[in-house]
Amino acid sequence: MRRSVVALARRALVNALRKPQFLAPLVIFPSLFLAINVGGLGATRELEGFPAVDGFLDYQLAAAILQSLLLGGVSAGIAVALDIEGGFFDRLVASPTPRVAIVLGRVLAASVIAAIQVVYFLVLGLIFGASIKGGALGVLCVLAIGVVAGTGFGAIGVLIALRARSASTVQGIFPLVFVVLFISSAFFPLELLSAPADVIARYNPLSFIADGMRQPIAFSNEALPVLEGLLTATAIAATAIGLSILALRGRLRDA
Amino acid sequence: MLVTLLRPTGGHARVAGFDVAAQPAQVRRRIGVALQEAALDPLMTGSELIELQATLHAIAPRSVRSRGAELIERVGLTAAAARRVGTYSGGMRRRLDLAMALIHEPEVLFLDEPTTGLDPTSRLTLWAEVRRLRDEGTTVFLTTQYLEEADQLADRLGIIADGRIVAEGTPASLKAEVGRPHLDLVLAKGSDLQGARELVTRFGDHRPVTEGCHLSIALEHGAADIAPILRALDDAGFAVAELELKQPTLDDVFLQKTGEHLEGADDHGAQAERMPLPEAQAETV
Repeated sequence: MRRSVVALARRALVNALRKPQFLAPLVIFPSLFLAINVGGLGATRELEGFPAVDGFLDYQLAAAILQSLLLGGVSAGIAVALDIEGGFFDRLVASPTPRVAIVLGRVLAASVIAAIQVVYFLVLGLIFGASIKGGALGVLCVLAIGVVAGTGFGAIGVLIALRARSASTVQGIFPLVFVVLFISSAFFPLELLSAPADVIARYNPLSFIADGMRQPIAFSNEALPVLEGLLTATAIAATAIGLSILALRGRLRDA
Repeated sequence: MLVTLLRPTGGHARVAGFDVAAQPAQVRRRIGVALQEAALDPLMTGSELIELQATLHAIAPRSVRSRGAELIERVGLTAAAARRVGTYSGGMRRRLDLAMALIHEPEVLFLDEPTTGLDPTSRLTLWAEVRRLRDEGTTVFLTTQYLEEADQLADRLGIIADGRIVAEGTPASLKAEVGRPHLDLVLAKGSDLQGARELVTRFGDHRPVTEGCHLSIALEHGAADIAPILRALDDAGFAVAELELKQPTLDDVFLQKTGEHLEGADDHGAQAERMPLPEAQAETV
């Protein structure tokens, strides 16, 4: 099964590299959003309740990474839906490779792409003056949370694609991603959000992931937020992968 | 259902000795499948795709390259192997699809309308490969809407109409079932067609069908009837411009077995518009 997972992940990565319209939006769009936010909303730092940070870019970097990872999940879902629509998925299913490998191959590719996304934004941040307070260990923390979260979002994309079987439907969840992201603490601290957004954001899993990545970048390697972020991302990934495998089995039953 | 993509809602089917519902994994290990649309990833090269297929079929890593190259060569795609599949023609895609289905030397090969949309050269190449596979001992299960293709390739053939098998047997036995060969005649212009019709009717239980200068006669004793009919026509002064002996075809079998029913028409034969005929399926063993 390991060979099948690696081969399918490799195929997904090769496809992503050969079709720039899949990969480019994952970094370009959040980069532009980051530039606009940092350029136009920097004064937010002066508001009461905003934590003391060296720069607004330091604070926003985690939001940009999270946004990019969520888009990566949408992209993974679209790729699977296109495979289903084009019939390639039937070829995979008609082969003797275990069903789990089909899901894990795509999810592994999402993990690799997530690592690239995290590194890209950290480098971008450093180029434009951000500093990573946690140092090398902090980078590893951000990378760990980012990769696990990207894996989970990729699995959610796969899950939706297996249920919807249509690329346009998966594309349709794109606005929803932004709604969920904006009612989290990704862009602004909970203290600056009004009710009921602050209540929702307090329990929004994306808040834990954003705060977990932000802590080593903007503040320190304090363990609690990092662990909360990592655990939340792991829970999302494990749940989504499990549900995706069940959805694939269900798809075969219902087809 | 036979390739385990759909779960049967009822009944039983065994492929290569295994139940498709209860033992789908065993079935998948023993079958090769080339689906109707030649669903290939356009962004990958031919070599990459066939090597992926080899890996999915658990071919030993050291053999993946050589086995892939061997099959690519067999289907005549060596020169295009490094190109992305998106640049392939329809015929090239079909051949790659076939090569991928053969990567693990399956006991049973399913080909779903493998020549649909192909040019005549590609079609003949694919037919030759199907015959070769059959001769090598592979069971080929082929579905087609081209009855000529079924006639050419099938050792055993089944016709499905409205989801049910309405005829099954060898092409020869099925054709024999639908009846006698026909003699098609074209008389010279200005001939008394009614007189000619009455003349050939005298040859027994023949049922001549006339259309323009054409006369079609069902021959009770096959080719042996031709000479007497021609002699009688000649003696009566009829000039025959063309003649053709037509053996029953699978088209005749299909039309008889399916009742010439047009898909979408009502039970009383309303045929306001022509629709595609139901799908025929042929199986070669």
